[in-house]
Amino acid sequence: MDVFFDTAPYSPGKDEKGALLSRRLFELTRRHYERCEPYRNIIDGLGFDLEKAGTYYDLPFLPVSLFKQLDLTSVPKEEIFKTMTSSGTTGQAVSRIYLDRETANLQQKALSKIVSSFLGASRLPMLIIDCPSVVKDRTMFSARGAGILGFSFFGTSRAYALHDDMSLDMESITDFFEKFGGRRVLLFGFTFMVWQHFVHEIEKLDIKPDLSQGILIHGGGWKKLAADAVSPAVFKKRLYETCGIREVHDYYGMVEQTGAIYMECEEGHLHASVYSDVITRDFHDFSVCGFGETGIIEVVSALPASYPGHALLTEDEGVVLGEDDCPCGRQGKYFKIQGRLKNAEIRGCSDTYAAGL
Amino acid sequence: MSNLEKYIEAFKTTFELGDESALPALKYQDIEAWDSVGHMALIAELEDAFDIMMDTDDIIDFSSFEIGKEIMAKYDVAL
Repeated sequence: MDVFFDTAPYSPGKDEKGALLSRRLFELTRRHYERCEPYRNIIDGLGFDLEKAGTYYDLPFLPVSLFKQLDLTSVPKEEIFKTMTSSGTTGQAVSRIYLDRETANLQQKALSKIVSSFLGASRLPMLIIDCPSVVKDRTMFSARGAGILGFSFFGTSRAYALHDDMSLDMESITDFFEKFGGRRVLLFGFTFMVWQHFVHEIEKLDIKPDLSQGILIHGGGWKKLAADAVSPAVFKKRLYETCGIREVHDYYGMVEQTGAIYMECEEGHLHASVYSDVITRDFHDFSVCGFGETGIIEVVSALPASYPGHALLTEDEGVVLGEDDCPCGRQGKYFKIQGRLKNAEIRGCSDTYAAGL
Repeated sequence: MSNLEKYIEAFKTTFELGDESALPALKYQDIEAWDSVGHMALIAELEDAFDIMMDTDDIIDFSSFEIGKEIMAKYDVAL
């Protein structure tokens, strides 16, 4: 994996990245085939032969929902040191993802490389748009807690903007704005929480915090906001009007492939880094879609060493817009998520939370 | 208190260790308390103790008691 971390996350072009990812993903396929019996059964059942595969496009992908039905790991129990669970609304089954130390480290490293390339190397005062209780249990993380924790690496003087009942913690935010207003700061939160509990609530107050030098990173799904007809443009505009923040980056990611997130660039496109890739697949025969064609999103990640989650078919649909030629200058594929497949469950930290209201 | 004492104290306080005998061999994730949450607490403790601000890469690389000492040197903290 070292070669991945010696490479800037958005620098390799198609051929170089393709070779790097194929090599690693073949190695992971082999590893999980040897060490995870249910995975081996699936692969054998599909009649897949790794020797005949040309690139990572040829690898079998598991549906993400499988992690709800099966306990899939490739390491002995005693090596598992964290279990992560997906967000799910009440009554939904949740995915369980088993991490060993190696995988957890790879995830944190990859996340750090990706996010640092947007933030710079130095850490920033950080306001977390959530409540402190989501990170309480340290051995069992919800996707929401894991997201917050993963991003905490980039913060100094971390403050939480919300009480446990999700009302604004006035003392905390006033203190934060007084200390760091007008300076470069990091805000992090899940999309719906930022909208509902931050933008809306600050608008009601008679204050105008100066976050003009700040950067907001948010993720977790647009479903609720889309239903309320809140577009990304409206989201950004209202944020700007509320606190002057201009740099706003959405990200796409999932607990089954933690670490390898897809950050939104200045052009509003989600980008695949060197650690992962997206492939859009035809709704009927799963063939690879061309650029501009809507399909089901497959995600591959170089990081999952302790569970067979390196090639997954998501329940999202989207469109790959191009590769290596986004006007923002980053290499790699860039794409848009267009929504959830019909009849798919609600997932995403932002969406499952919103469904509970 | 010498810098080394402060450095040791930060580990003891963060991880609630009674004595320091295990410290020289201690690595990230060796003990339950030194997980990712504990890691950020340790970094905060060290930053407070030495009035420094570490870069993200150094926080990631801070994988043991010994390696941490080398990283401290980058911030002009002589141990």
